[in-house]
Amino acid sequence: MLAGIRTQDLRKVYTSAPPPAAGAGGFGSASPRAKGKQPKPQIVALDGISLNVTPGEIFCLLGPNGAGKSTTAGILTTRVRPTSGQAWIGEFDVWKNQVAVKRLIGVVAQRPNLDFSLTAREILLFHGAYFGIESHERAKRAAALLDRFKLTDRADHMVRGFSGGMMQRLSIARAMMHDPQVLFLDEPSSGLDPQTRLLLWEIVREYNQSGKTILLTTHNMEEADALCQRLAIVDHGRVIAMGTPRELKASVPGGYLLRLRFGHSYDDVLARLKALSGVTEVRPTDGHGADLYADRGGSLVPEIANAALAASVELCDVHISEPSLENLFLHHTGRSLRE
Amino acid sequence: MNLRTFLAMLGRDFQVARRNIVPLLLQTFLQPLMFVFIFGRVMVGSGFMPPSYKSLLLPGIMALSMVGTGIWAVAMPLISEFQFTREIEDRLLAPMEISWLAVEKVVFGSMQALAAGLMVIPCAWLLLRPGVELNLHAPLLFAMVAVLVALFSAVGGLALGCSIEQTHIGLMFSLVVAPMIFFGCTYYPWSALTNFPIMQKIVLINPLVYASEGLRGTLVPQFPHLPMIAAVGGLLFFDVVLLTFGLRQFHKKAVT
Repeated sequence: MLAGIRTQDLRKVYTSAPPPAAGAGGFGSASPRAKGKQPKPQIVALDGISLNVTPGEIFCLLGPNGAGKSTTAGILTTRVRPTSGQAWIGEFDVWKNQVAVKRLIGVVAQRPNLDFSLTAREILLFHGAYFGIESHERAKRAAALLDRFKLTDRADHMVRGFSGGMMQRLSIARAMMHDPQVLFLDEPSSGLDPQTRLLLWEIVREYNQSGKTILLTTHNMEEADALCQRLAIVDHGRVIAMGTPRELKASVPGGYLLRLRFGHSYDDVLARLKALSGVTEVRPTDGHGADLYADRGGSLVPEIANAALAASVELCDVHISEPSLENLFLHHTGRSLRE
Repeated sequence: MNLRTFLAMLGRDFQVARRNIVPLLLQTFLQPLMFVFIFGRVMVGSGFMPPSYKSLLLPGIMALSMVGTGIWAVAMPLISEFQFTREIEDRLLAPMEISWLAVEKVVFGSMQALAAGLMVIPCAWLLLRPGVELNLHAPLLFAMVAVLVALFSAVGGLALGCSIEQTHIGLMFSLVVAPMIFFGCTYYPWSALTNFPIMQKIVLINPLVYASEGLRGTLVPQFPHLPMIAAVGGLLFFDVVLLTFGLRQFHKKAVT
């Protein structure tokens, strides 16, 4: 059975610090409750998230730390209770049919949560047993996954001594052990070396080709761009843009972003910049800078320099970025994803 | 409930216990045996305690090792798995209502407590003999009391393990477990508190009192003990209350 993911207007408000299990770090807005003797701080982690991930899709939630990605994944995996709104995996309501949902999903948490009292192979075998897989089939699948994730030589070692990358690989293998229809990967490549990251991407694509739905959260634009068929950019618990990477990149006005810096005040030069051909938008940043969206990059620089000269303003710095998700995020929030 | 998942989780706990069998045995039996040796052998042998104290002490030691084992077996893994290693997350995502995971912990903890309690009898008997007069007049009643005590220790572990922060484990032992042991009629019968009437009433809020007195009433009924109906009723009451509370706390920990 193919299964997609759907959420409708999901909200999550924490009244105490969210436990690390929810994976939520920072938050959108905080305001003290009006009533009560000791007002509990209310932290809005999700502010109305609606998603529709079709079966067989690799979908990505892209956003900075604390945007609400992990809380969304937490709700979809039955570990976080939504304050309001609904979520479905396939045809099952996540909150009302938890057991049915848990059969359909495999989860890789943001932080390793392997069973430290067991060996790598036992972790896979017991996970399979929890899902009612026959013992012969369990052993076969475990061996195949250990091999696929290059863990065979450490299969019978306790995982306590594993490196971060090995633990992450084993976590993913465990999540695939019961062959779930929907795979959740919460920041799967953080802490992985580039080589292992490529192995992970390859495995994720391969898993997806068998018709499985994959929901991935990341703050890494390259990963979202390389791996996802569609993505939602999330910030402060809201979806600020959704579409294929190509659509989203094309939606940035002009596509190219030129970040300029001038020697002193520059009101005069802004008007001149707007008039340049190919420039779609000019946004002053702080007192000395401007973000210029245009349909070309380097060829615009001499014209910008001329405009600055004509306005008697010194051009100190130019930074050109090609059409990217980073530009899109910056365009919507005024902040960089990397900040 | 999904029985296969439940049994697989029990299997996992057995595997872990089998792997750690030596530390587990030391942790379970070293302290009670030292206690039996000092109080039952040294103190009695040197004449500070009457010889009959050996028989009085044994049920108390049994209650003590059962409760200690059960609480430890359930509470400690829960504290670390929820807060530090998060090992439990994989089992929370298994296809079974999460309350059954808590029940599985209680079942396994009870089995461990029962094993600990039953092994104390031959150990202590070997160490204390001659002079221990066990009088198992109602084996079924004894079995029921032993199961209720084991269950109490495990649900107590569930309630504590899901209520206490990792940084407060020391406090848990000094503020909850230690007073419970000293005021739990383990080393003396409840009737010995007759001269302290207020304390005699107050200790009735301590579930260990019913455990020690219940075992005393079924193993060495020749000594004064609480009426069995009171002991069994008290144990049942605390089993239900602590299980209900423990499950609620477990849910709070498992789902945010």
